[in-house]
Amino acid sequence: MKMKYRSKKGAERASLVAIHAILIIISVIWLIPFLLMIILSFRGEAVGTSADYIFPKQWSFDNYIKLFTETKFLRWYGNTLLVSVAVTIFQTIIILATSYALSRLRFKMRKPLMNVMLVLGMFPGFLSMTAVYFVLKEINLTQNLLGLILVYSASSAMQYYICKGFFDTISKSLDEAARIDGASRHTVFIKIILPLAKPIIIYTVLSAFIAPWGEYMFSSFIMLGDPDQFTVAVGMKSWLDNSSLMSDGYFAVFCAAAVVVSIPITALFIWLQRYYVEGITGGSVKG
Amino acid sequence: MNLEYLKMSPLEKFWYNFKGFFKRLPSAFAAFFKAIPKKLKKFWLAFVGIFVNIGAAAKEGDWKTRTSFAVMGFGLICRKQVLRGILYLFFEVLFVLYMVFFGWKYLAKMGSLGEVAVVTGKDPLTGITTYTYYDNSLLILLYSLLTLFVIAAFVYMWYHNVKGNYLSQQFQEARLHLPSVKDDIHSYADENYHKTLLSIPMLGLVIFTILPIFFMVFIAFTNYDKAHMPPSELFQWVGFENFVNVLGGGISANSKVFAFTFTEVLLWTVVWAFFATFSNYILGMIVAILINKKGVRCKKLWRTILVMTIAIPQFVSLMFMSQLLADQGLLNNLMLKWGWIDKPIPFLTDGTLSRVMIIIINMWIGIPYTMLICTGILMNIPQDLYESARMDGAGPIRAYMKITLPYMLHVTAPYLITQFIGNLNNFNVIFLLSGGNPPLDMSGVPTGAGKTDLLITWLYKLTVTESQYGVASVIGIFTFVIVAVLSLILYNRSKSVKNEEEFM
Repeated sequence: MKMKYRSKKGAERASLVAIHAILIIISVIWLIPFLLMIILSFRGEAVGTSADYIFPKQWSFDNYIKLFTETKFLRWYGNTLLVSVAVTIFQTIIILATSYALSRLRFKMRKPLMNVMLVLGMFPGFLSMTAVYFVLKEINLTQNLLGLILVYSASSAMQYYICKGFFDTISKSLDEAARIDGASRHTVFIKIILPLAKPIIIYTVLSAFIAPWGEYMFSSFIMLGDPDQFTVAVGMKSWLDNSSLMSDGYFAVFCAAAVVVSIPITALFIWLQRYYVEGITGGSVKG
Repeated sequence: MNLEYLKMSPLEKFWYNFKGFFKRLPSAFAAFFKAIPKKLKKFWLAFVGIFVNIGAAAKEGDWKTRTSFAVMGFGLICRKQVLRGILYLFFEVLFVLYMVFFGWKYLAKMGSLGEVAVVTGKDPLTGITTYTYYDNSLLILLYSLLTLFVIAAFVYMWYHNVKGNYLSQQFQEARLHLPSVKDDIHSYADENYHKTLLSIPMLGLVIFTILPIFFMVFIAFTNYDKAHMPPSELFQWVGFENFVNVLGGGISANSKVFAFTFTEVLLWTVVWAFFATFSNYILGMIVAILINKKGVRCKKLWRTILVMTIAIPQFVSLMFMSQLLADQGLLNNLMLKWGWIDKPIPFLTDGTLSRVMIIIINMWIGIPYTMLICTGILMNIPQDLYESARMDGAGPIRAYMKITLPYMLHVTAPYLITQFIGNLNNFNVIFLLSGGNPPLDMSGVPTGAGKTDLLITWLYKLTVTESQYGVASVIGIFTFVIVAVLSLILYNRSKSVKNEEEFM
């Protein structure tokens, strides 16, 4: 009896060791590209794509200096920041309003509306791009950040799904009690639901803020031909597409730019990680 | 659910469900068609109801109500519901101005999409050739659609105006209290609150999603392409020509190539979406289980390391990866130097290899998401289930197959479906990693698409680089139909979507 107990314990320990080993390997795999990116960004010598070594022969900050003085990067960064802040505000308001209406209010068009948005979400967004482009062109908003903000925010209502799921989990007896006390639906939304929805608000804000940093399809189409209005994604892709820049050692500048873009977002994300997880698990799943 | 089902192995269960789905399919279809007459009848009744209401208002209405047939909101203004009345009137004036000064001239040309595009002439003074632009097919189509939308909105408002005027008359006759301006405003924070909340989101949706979708559906029936580019050229309606071309029934040699490319790209799109979704899902869950296991140290550290991939903008990591794995990229150069290989491995330039690589790199990006979502849910699985499974002698793999996987599949079905749909239209991963390359040939004839192109990236190429708008719209419509059918099947299979109200 005793023997068996011990061997079982031993097996458990062995499996724990194995799990730790696997986790370490996974972490290394996940971290290597980022470490590589950081290391390459300090490469002082201009080698093209033909480099066959990892560690720089000369460590230097030149790429970062180049990034902020020679390129339009700072401008692109400002553009993207402006767009993401504006989109975050509009999108959060729109998603919260839509989700509350669909989750709590009962009106005739509710079900059809949800079905229509579900179906609209399946349409390849790019397909509508040409038409959106001409709509924007008519109101003089192509190659303009305002146009991009408008495009990103306008159809946010379709992303109600996770947020509505979260609202559905908030007990309805709370609203009913407040309604009996004479609160209007507006008061219920502002005073009762919103304070309880902190995780989903943070989740919505965070995803809305991050999205413009990585979006390429729409921004490249709207900003086509005007480098002053590029977002970081479009700008940095334009470096990669320019082979003479790349052979001139711009890959290191690209890495430096990537590091500069990543740091604030990563910090924000790690800071708010807990809420993000609560929001997404509360909203995207149901028992 | 019967005892026999419970005794089956997972594979048999899957087969049972799979067969069941197709067995039920005919009856589901039958039920759908049986429901049609009923739905039609309901629709017809609602339709008739509209005219009955209008007729009643015309017959029974006093002169104030009847005047509001032409002057919207007149009756309401007379009956002291000034705010609503003025809003109706304001809307009517706007509509008339819009139609007279703008909408009409475009709508009139919708049938032909324009007669004269451009007239060239010589400036008599300078001798320079001048261009005078007249009809722009694109704008004609866009604005006539917009006008149709506006007319539909007006008809809706007009009907409500008639109904509202008649109702207020009835209220007055019955000596009931008519809602005052103040009541009206208050109602928008209470019983009409959904209108307040949804009006702006819906306006955005109509202008930037629904109108463009209609526009592109109409474009599919025109010959809008490189040779018919407004403003210097017009394009015309061509009926189903583009559809026939994409399906391979066209006369031109291009048609066969289109059909071939469409099937190839479609197949890969479905294969990709399947593998991308499930590889991330299963592996992400396993990683979450490993981290969650009792006795594992530094749980937070492991999670944070993985979460960093979500935080770093996708385009950064994707473009960086595409550079690392290029034929002349760092990885190949290093391996050449160390003598591991003789010639560069075509990670992203060989058809099959690049498909595999893309799925692997996508795992690197997607696993952390699943890990995050699963972590919370895994903790909710009752631990005694595992205890009793262990008592019965089930190993960890059996426990996973019998307890964890079914539970997770049940709970996260909506997430899984959204992921699948998202992957069908996953532009970023493909476009930034391989750009759709290597090129896809049909026995030597270049097709314009690549072996790793999804329908959405092919669409991008067709519009941005090749300007084949008509054909691109057709492919877009097909993509939509495929995605819609697949996801509707999945949605109907997942119970949690159906039982929306049952949660509490």
